[in-house]
Amino acid sequence: MSNYVDMAIAKAINAGLRKAMANDPKVLLFGEDIAELGGVFRVTEGILGEFGPTRIMNSPIAESGIVGTSIGLAMRGYRPVVEIQFDGFIFPAFDQITTQLAKLTNRSEGTLKMPVVIRVPFGGGIGAVEHHSESPEAYFAHTPGLRVVSPSNPNDAYWMIQQAIESDDPVLFFEPKRRYWQKGPVNLDTPALPLHSARVLREGHHVTIACYGPMVTVALQAAEIAAQEGTSLEVIDLRSISPIDFSTVIDSVKKTGRLVVASEASTFVSVSSEVAARVAEQAFYHLQAPVIRVGGFDIPYPPAKLEEVFLPDADRILEAVDRSLAY
Amino acid sequence: MVQFLNHEGEFRVPSEWAHYGEYLRKLTEADYLKFYRDMARIRRFDNEATALQRQGQLGLWIPAIGQEGAQIGSGYGVGPNDHIFPSYREHGVAITHGIDLMSILKMLRGVNHGGWNADETRFHLYAIVLGSQVPHATGYAMGVKFDGKMGTGNPEVDEAVITYFGDGATAEGDVSEGLLFAGINQTPQVFFCQNNQWAISSSSAAMIPAPLYKRGEGFGVPGVRIDGNDVLAAYAVTAKHMDDARAGRGPYFIEALTYRIGAHTTSDDPTKYRSNDEVEFWKTRDPLIRLEKFLRRQGVGDNFFEDVAADGDKLAAEIREATFALTNPPFELMFKHVYSEPHPLIEEQLAWLTEYEASFEDDAHPSTGLHNIAPEGGAA
Repeated sequence: MSNYVDMAIAKAINAGLRKAMANDPKVLLFGEDIAELGGVFRVTEGILGEFGPTRIMNSPIAESGIVGTSIGLAMRGYRPVVEIQFDGFIFPAFDQITTQLAKLTNRSEGTLKMPVVIRVPFGGGIGAVEHHSESPEAYFAHTPGLRVVSPSNPNDAYWMIQQAIESDDPVLFFEPKRRYWQKGPVNLDTPALPLHSARVLREGHHVTIACYGPMVTVALQAAEIAAQEGTSLEVIDLRSISPIDFSTVIDSVKKTGRLVVASEASTFVSVSSEVAARVAEQAFYHLQAPVIRVGGFDIPYPPAKLEEVFLPDADRILEAVDRSLAY
Repeated sequence: MVQFLNHEGEFRVPSEWAHYGEYLRKLTEADYLKFYRDMARIRRFDNEATALQRQGQLGLWIPAIGQEGAQIGSGYGVGPNDHIFPSYREHGVAITHGIDLMSILKMLRGVNHGGWNADETRFHLYAIVLGSQVPHATGYAMGVKFDGKMGTGNPEVDEAVITYFGDGATAEGDVSEGLLFAGINQTPQVFFCQNNQWAISSSSAAMIPAPLYKRGEGFGVPGVRIDGNDVLAAYAVTAKHMDDARAGRGPYFIEALTYRIGAHTTSDDPTKYRSNDEVEFWKTRDPLIRLEKFLRRQGVGDNFFEDVAADGDKLAAEIREATFALTNPPFELMFKHVYSEPHPLIEEQLAWLTEYEASFEDDAHPSTGLHNIAPEGGAA
C-alpha cells in the first residue's frame, strides 16, 4: 500500500527538496530571500531550520553570480539548486546558463558534469506587475545542453524536483506559480514516471490536447466541459519540454487524428511550435486536421487587468477543438 | 606598485614591500633560471603559434607577448593543491602547471573546445566569454571553504583558487559579481588582473576610470598593484596572497600592470589604434630583457642563454611537426558529451548523420570521413 499525502505544489517541492537534501549532503540551496523568509513564494520555508545555514543560503541579488558560482560549486562536486525569484529575472543569468552551464560538459569532453538545478516560478495569472508573469521556457529548450521540465501537479512536483537534482545535467525547473497552492495527492513511495516522460492524464478519442505546467489544469477543465457536450478530449501533460517525449504525443495523434497544443508562452517559435512540427513530420498521414496552437499572443505580457484575455482559458482551447473538428 | 626588479634588472626590496620580499628568500638560483627558461619558452611558443596561424594551420592565435613575467611569476606562486581559472591568454600560466601546449593549439586550430582535464590538471578550461570564469572561480572557492579545505594550517589539506582576467574583462558584470560573492563568503581566492592596457582597441586610459587594484575594495576584496613585467613581483605577491587565502585570510585582488606588445589576436591590427612610439617604449620594458639583465649581473653566462635559445628552437620544431600531424576529429565527436546522460534528440540526430554520411562512402574524404561536394552537385 503506497503512502499518499495531500499537499499543495509548493509544499510538494519543499518536501522533495528536503528529501534530496537528506539523501545527499552535496545538495545545496541558493537564491534570493530563500533562507529565513523561505522565498517569496515560501517554497523553501522551514528548510533553514531543518538543515541549517550550511545547506541553504541567501544570495545577493545577482542572478548571473548565482548561476556562475553554482557552476563553480558543481565543478567542486556539489549539486546546487538555485531559485530565480521570478521568470522575468532570469535574464541577467542568461549568459551563464547558455554559454557556460549548458556547454561546459561538452567543452570539457565530458570531464565536467553540471548537476545544477535552476528553479523558476513561471507564468501568469497572479495579478503581478511587469516581469513577474512570463514563460521563458523556449529560450532554454532551444539551448543544447540544458534539460527543461515543468510539473503540473503536486505528485510530479515532489518527484520531478528530486529527479532533476539527481540528474548529472543542468535542469531548468519551471514551477507553475499560479498553481503553487493547488492541492493533490502525493505518493511518497513510488515515483510515477521518469523525468522526461509525458503522461496521458485523461484518455479521449476525438482530439488530443498537449500542454504542460499551468496550462494542464486549463486543459483538464476544457476536457470536462467538452465531455458534457459529447466531445472526448485526450489530455497529455508533456512534463518535459527538453527533451520532449514525442512518442506519447504521436501515439495519441495516431488514435485521435487531431492535435491542439496549448501553453501560456507567446506562440511564435514556441515549444508548441516544436510539437506541431514534429507531429507534422512523423504523423502526417494520421492527421485529420492541421495542428492548432493555442497560446499567449506575440506581445509583451500585458498589465494584470488584461492577463485574463491574454492567457488561454478553457474556452480558447475549446474554440481550437471546434476548429479542428470542423476542418 | 610592487617592484623588485627595475627595467635595468637591478634588484631591490623596498621596506614597504618587505612582507612580499620574504617570499624571494626561499628562491634558489635554479628557480630564477627556471623562471627565465619558461618565459623564453612561452615567448618562442607564442611566436611559432603566430607563424602557424599565418600559414593557415590555426584558425586564430592569441599572443601573450609582453605578459610572460606576470604569467610565469604568478603561475609559480600557485601551489600544488590550488585551482586556476584562466581567461584565454594564459599560455604562460599553463606551462607552469603542466598543460600540454598542443592542447592549446588544438583548440585554436578548431579540433576541440579545450580538451584538457580540468580536474586532473587543476588548470581549468580557457574561457572565451569575458569574465565568465570569474564567478566559476568564486563558486569553486566557496566549495573549497564548504569542504573545510581552508585555514586548517595543514599544507596538504588547504587549497586556494586563482582566477585570471584582463583589464577589458573588468567591465563585465560577472567580474563584479564574482568579487561580491567572494567578499560575502570570504573565499580562499586571488583575483589576478593582467592590465595589459589594451582591450582590443580600447585603452585602459579610456575605459578604466579608477585604478583597477581598488576595484575589489567596494566588494570587500582588498587589492595591490604590481609591476607585471617583474617576474619576481608577480611570483612573490601571488605566493603571499595564495598563502593568505589558504590560511583563511580572505580573497585578494592583484593588478599586474603590463603591456600587450602583440595584437589582441591574429585578427587584430593594432597599428590602427596605437602609436609605434608607445609599443617601442614598452619593448624596452620587456620582462625577458629585464630578467636577463638581472641574471647576467648575477654571473649567469652565455652558455645558459644559448641553451635556452636552442631549447626554444627545439620546442618550435616539435610543435610545428605536431600541428602538421593533427587530424580532424570524427564527426561523432560533436554529439558526444552534449549531455552527461542519454538524450533522445542527440541520439536520433547522430544516427541520422551517421547513415547520411555512410551514403557517401564511395567518395568519402580519407581524413575526415566527410563527403566531398562534387562539382556537379551530385553529392549535395
